[in-house]
Parts: sequence; C-alpha cells; structure tokens
Amino acid sequence: MKICYYPGCTLKTKAKELDRYARASAAALGVEMEEIENWQCCGAVYPMARDEIATKLSAVRALDYAKAHGGKLLTLCSACHNVIKRTNDDMANDADIRARANNYLKLETPYSGETKVVHYIEMLKNIVGFDNIAKKVVKPLNRKVGAYYGCLLLRPNKVMAFDNPENPTVIEEFIRAIGGTPVAYPFRNECCGAYVSLKNKDLTKRRCNMILESAKEKGAEEIVTACPLCLYNLQKNSDNALPVVYFTELLAEALGVKND
Amino acid sequence: MTKQNQIENITRLSGTDPKKCMKCGKCSGRCPAYKDMDIKPHQFVMYLEKGKIEKLLASKAIWNCLSCMECVERCPRGVAPAGVVEAVRDTVKRAIGGNGIKAEDIPPIVDEFIPQQLLVSAYRKYNK
Ligand code: SF4
Ligand code: SF4
Repeated sequence: MKICYYPGCTLKTKAKELDRYARASAAALGVEMEEIENWQCCGAVYPMARDEIATKLSAVRALDYAKAHGGKLLTLCSACHNVIKRTNDDMANDADIRARANNYLKLETPYSGETKVVHYIEMLKNIVGFDNIAKKVVKPLNRKVGAYYGCLLLRPNKVMAFDNPENPTVIEEFIRAIGGTPVAYPFRNECCGAYVSLKNKDLTKRRCNMILESAKEKGAEEIVTACPLCLYNLQKNSDNALPVVYFTELLAEALGVKND
Repeated sequence: MTKQNQIENITRLSGTDPKKCMKCGKCSGRCPAYKDMDIKPHQFVMYLEKGKIEKLLASKAIWNCLSCMECVERCPRGVAPAGVVEAVRDTVKRAIGGNGIKAEDIPPIVDEFIPQQLLVSAYRKYNK
C-alpha cells in the first residue's frame, strides 16, 4: 500500500533517525511512504490568531496535493501533525479561513478539507493493525518503556481526536505490540516546555525533570516520543534521568530492520 | 488605535468569547507554566472582559505560555484562554520593536543538537 507522506524540515536534518526508522519499518510492514513533491515547512506551530492565513498555506498545499494522490496524508513529527491536522479542520469547518486561504492559492478546485490526516501511530493501529505488527516482531523489546505523548498529538482533542487526552493508551498498546512492557506515569501527557526553552530554559528544565523522574519512579527504563523538540528538551534541558528515543527506533529494532 | 478598538481587536483575534467564562479557575489550575505566568490564564480572559488591556500588553506571561492547550482542553465553558494569550502576544509582537527574540541572541545558544523545529516555532511564536 502507498501513502502520501509529509516529512517536515526537522526530519531532514536533526531528526533523520525518526524518518529513517519509520521508512524501514513501514517497508517491512508492507507500507510504502511516498514523500510528497515540493513540500514546505509547516511552520511548526499552529497559528491561533483568527487573521493568520499566509502561515497556514504550506499545510494547505500539502493537503491539496494529497487530496489528488490517494486522499490521505501521513505525518510523523508531532508538530507537523498538529499544524496540518488543525489547518485541515479550519479548511473543512471554518468558512472564513477556507475562503481566504483559497483566495490566496487559486487552485483549480478549491480545497475544503477533503484529505484525511493520519499520524504514523494511527497508521500502525488502524491501517496495519497492532496484531499484525506483533506477528512480524523478530526481536521483542523485553524492557520497560514509558510512552511520552506530550501536547501536540493530543490537544485540542476536539480536533486532534488522537486518543483520550487525559488518559491516552495508544502508544502503550504500540509498546506492547513490539514486545515491550509499557509503563504508565502521570506526566506522560504534560508539556516538555516546548519552544519556551529558547527564552526560559529554567521553565523547560523543571518540566523535563518532572516528566523523566515521574517515569523513572514508575519503573520505566527509557522513554519514547514522536517529537524532535520533546526529544531535544528531555535530553538537553534535563538532568537525564532516563534515555529518550524515537518510537520508530524501537519499532525498527523489534522488526529487525534497524540497520537497513 | 483607541482602547476600545484594541479590546475588540484582541477579542476578534482570540476567536473566543470572554463573557462565557464562569471564573472557575480550572484553566489556571492545569497550566504547566503557572509559576511563570505573572497574569494567570483565567485572568487573561477576565482582564480582556474588563478591558484591562494595558496590564495584558505588559505581561511577561505571554512569553512563557507553552501553547500546550491544557487550558483549552479543561475549560468547561468552551473558552480558549490560550487564544487570548496568543492574541495579546501577537498584538505586542506586531508593533514596531515588539519582537520577543533578537536574531543576534540565537547563535550563542544554538548547540549542534538543536532541532529546526525549535527555532522555527520560537520565531513563529515570538516574532512577527
Ligand atoms: S496554553 Fe499557555 S496558558 Fe494555557 S495551559 Fe498551556 S501554558 Fe498555560
Ligand atoms: S476554565 Fe474556562 S470558565 Fe473556568 S476560569 Fe478558565 S476560561 Fe473561565
């Protein structure tokens, strides 16, 4: 099966592993990730102000491309997913933003939110199936892993509809499917400090230490994330209570394709 | 811009109706940046409703809000305190000299691991 894929700027630079392990694992699971043409950076944060249109156009362009190429757009970075999915919701449900964005783009057929935005984890769960993944595991993890969801996959839930934002379980199900033991801990859906680490490092550090210590206390041996900024903050703006890796790395390891 | 214009503009940008707030404080109770917010999320909504615009525009909280959407998720009245914070920050940064980060401050804090995502998101949030 082929699916349009939006990698985003960081997955081409500092988060190459997130992308590489995702592609190798998808191939092993029979999914071909087809990078879309001429994608542009999504802007990394969803612009909330009602008059922001230009900052949403790169997301709309990617969505419109996917509309004509299978109707689904696969995302991997949590931030790209958040920006593209929320922009898509605007295009589907907000007549004012839709009209103004289409005025800019002058597409042959106006875009109205037709594309379905799918995060890689959702692809694993709903398209491949965790049970099918479990059957393809050659090297079960056999260790205790804490899922770190952060903010971007979960909130606002009304739009993201990823999982229960207060008590998510899908990444725990994923960890179980690849032979690991998921460890639930209270701060797994709390913010790492995000972009504020550039202006107020101390705030980020307090957040990250709290998250890592909470996971450690519950017995986790490592933490997985889908977000390059969460990974950076948890690794570089903390006292490193636990190692942090991308979830795709563990998937590739379990599927035996880590070195492909 | 008159003060009334400014109130209307920030309300419009925020996409939220401050009158719907019932002042329960749940948004602030959940805010992970609470300690660093000189004006708390529920106060952003309240000050906007009461027209205390000068206080909002002078707040440090606009630079510490994480856009984590916890306040939006928890509000039982469908208010978006984060939308108000962003509308105030946008109003401040869109003025001449209003940017929150200076380009020359970036190189010294960039290490070899810093993801593009951090620089892009900080620039988008803090600068026009
Ligand atoms: S979005 Fe900002 S104000 Fe709202 S809970 Fe998060 S940090 Fe606090
Ligand atoms: S949670 Fe909602 S209703 Fe309660 S104080 Fe905050 S904005 Fe007002």
